[in-house]
Amino acid sequence: MHGLPSPLPLSVQGLGFTAGGVRVLDGVTFALRDGPPCLVVGPNGSGKSTLLRLLHGLLRPTEGAVRWSAPARQAMLFQRPVMLRRSVGDNLAHALSLAGIGRDERPARIAAALDAVGLPHLHDRPARRLSGGEQQRVALARAIALHPAILFLDEPSASLDPAATRAVEEIVAGIAARGTKVVMTTHDLHQARRLAGEVLMLHRGRVAEHAPAAEFFTCPRSPEAQAFLRGDILE
Amino acid sequence: MFRRSLLALLLLAPVAVSAQERPITVSSTTSTEQSGLFGHILPIFTRETGIPVRVVALGTGQALDVGRRGDADVVFVHDRAAEERFVAEGFGTERRHVMFNDFVIIGPAADPAGIAGGRDAPAALRRIADSRAAFVSRGDRSGTHAAELRLWQAAGADPVAGRGQWYREVGQGMGPALNTAAAQNAYILADRGTWLSFRNRQELRVLVEGDERLFNQYGVIPVNPQRHPHVNAAGARRFADWIVSPAGQAAIAAYRINGDQLFFPNADRPEPAPGS
Amino acid sequence: MPGLSEAFGLALGLVLAGDAALTRIVALSLRVSLTAVLVAAALGLPLGALLAVARFPGRQTVIVALNALMGLPPVVAGLLIYLLLSRSGPLGSWGLLFTPTAMVVAQAVLITPIVAALARQVLESMWEDYAEQLRSLGSSALRAVPTLLWDGRIALLTVLLAGFGRASAEVGAVMIVGGNIEGFTRVMTTAIALETSKGDLPLALALGMVLMAIVLTVNAAAQLLREWAARRLG
Repeated sequence: MHGLPSPLPLSVQGLGFTAGGVRVLDGVTFALRDGPPCLVVGPNGSGKSTLLRLLHGLLRPTEGAVRWSAPARQAMLFQRPVMLRRSVGDNLAHALSLAGIGRDERPARIAAALDAVGLPHLHDRPARRLSGGEQQRVALARAIALHPAILFLDEPSASLDPAATRAVEEIVAGIAARGTKVVMTTHDLHQARRLAGEVLMLHRGRVAEHAPAAEFFTCPRSPEAQAFLRGDILE
Repeated sequence: MFRRSLLALLLLAPVAVSAQERPITVSSTTSTEQSGLFGHILPIFTRETGIPVRVVALGTGQALDVGRRGDADVVFVHDRAAEERFVAEGFGTERRHVMFNDFVIIGPAADPAGIAGGRDAPAALRRIADSRAAFVSRGDRSGTHAAELRLWQAAGADPVAGRGQWYREVGQGMGPALNTAAAQNAYILADRGTWLSFRNRQELRVLVEGDERLFNQYGVIPVNPQRHPHVNAAGARRFADWIVSPAGQAAIAAYRINGDQLFFPNADRPEPAPGS
Repeated sequence: MPGLSEAFGLALGLVLAGDAALTRIVALSLRVSLTAVLVAAALGLPLGALLAVARFPGRQTVIVALNALMGLPPVVAGLLIYLLLSRSGPLGSWGLLFTPTAMVVAQAVLITPIVAALARQVLESMWEDYAEQLRSLGSSALRAVPTLLWDGRIALLTVLLAGFGRASAEVGAVMIVGGNIEGFTRVMTTAIALETSKGDLPLALALGMVLMAIVLTVNAAAQLLREWAARRLG
């Protein structure tokens, strides 16, 4: 999209990460292609968040590498949105300024992004005064305004109520439909079913299964995925 | 908005000095300022010469140090020996005697040492030492401190033996020392000027006065521009000239508190020998 | 206590009469202390922010030194600045001793460590919250400094007020470097010290009350601003 060469496929080779003597990720290898959302699932502590941070570049791998096909304009959404102590519009403007987007171009981008999340009326409101659900939607707008080729989301609805969760899911589906590659972690299998085009399951810091969503949910091959889908407790 | 009003406040703040002449800094003693003498005579000097005066009031020892470092243009203090040393070392151009006031021995109305009404200052101090009654000393190298030590010597008594017990050195100016004496009902040697303008007297009274050995001579010395080229030598010279002139001497004589004259100009008479 | 009620009446009288000497002293106090706060803000806030976001060898040492300097005795600071600014000292040719500028320098030296150390604490905990998000948006640690300073502006205002409080209540250092010259370097605290030495305790107390009223007013205004900001900005 946007006329730039696609950064995808993204190839991950033998990725390992150790923190404080704990092996969080070990020999993770997979490739991400253009297409519908990739949902990263797995039990707590399986390394989902760490993987996202390594892909996004917030953490440096201990071993292995993350290789993009071209420089990627990317954005990331966190479980708890971080809003600066200023208006919604200024929060978006700050992100655009950091991304090197010129002053003239910002208002239109901000307006379009707020429209996309259904919050154009909140433009002048102090961002910190919004509800958790609204803040997460503003965070989505902040990501959208950057026109990312790839968007990482780390459990974006984990602390939201059902209505806000639905709103976030609809927006994420819309972003994906417009051509941004979505990579999102979740511990909620129902959410994964609703959104996923492909599923990457992690277990104990390793890839247990990487498959198209239809295949993963109907006939999982790995015993870990089978147990996970049955609702067994995986350690 | 906050920052703008802050800026406005700073800009509108009054600029301190706006006279045409370059100001002079006088390094002087607490007695001249705190007695109110400067408040009376300096406006007259400034009116006549256009020279604003800034007074830094310290003990005589510190006041001479300030002059020695070149941080004042003229010193106006009361410790003849130290002043003559100051000139001999080349820090001052010349010393001129200006005026005298007198010290008084102050103590509690109850007067445990029984010195009230006496005119012999050393004898009074001897009785205080003998009775080990509380005595507050400036202990700060001031002119008053120097005068007190001379009187102890004349009394043939060594107060240092009572240090930490009845002899209490506070290391502060005349006012704080008087406050301490008032709080402890102690004896103290004070200059009459500070005493007369002192408000927190409580039980304290003047017990001994009038001894010639209690006279306290003040001298004025311009700081030597050869030593400190930046000093306002012309201003300092005019100040020294004025204060020994009939106009300056009259201004000193005219200053009174409740009708009492505090300082006695004597620039036109030969200076009495120190401690005589 | 008759002393207190007399002092209170005297203070009220001085303020209501708009006493010229009092006004001049108050204006100089505010000018000196506010200028010192501005200087301390210009130096201390960026330093505090840098220490909050940057990781470099010796950082811990700088933090320990700042915390220690927070407790620098004013008289010691005053004496050092006196020796620096004295005509016989290394900066003597500037002719700053016994001027309001020297008092600004003394107060700034005393409160810059306070501002820097408190700002670091405020901004470091903010940075813990913001770091991932800002780095995700492409902000370097250095680029985050102005963002943090602006976002922490209300908390930092409190920090500056702490500095103002210390500066305006300080007496030892400004007495030494300012000389307590009437009409030129006499501020509220040195005037209070002077009136106390003259045994004029009611007047000293009256001046003290005016000083407290000013500090109270400034702090109350800041509190209102904080509450307004919390409602407005979250």
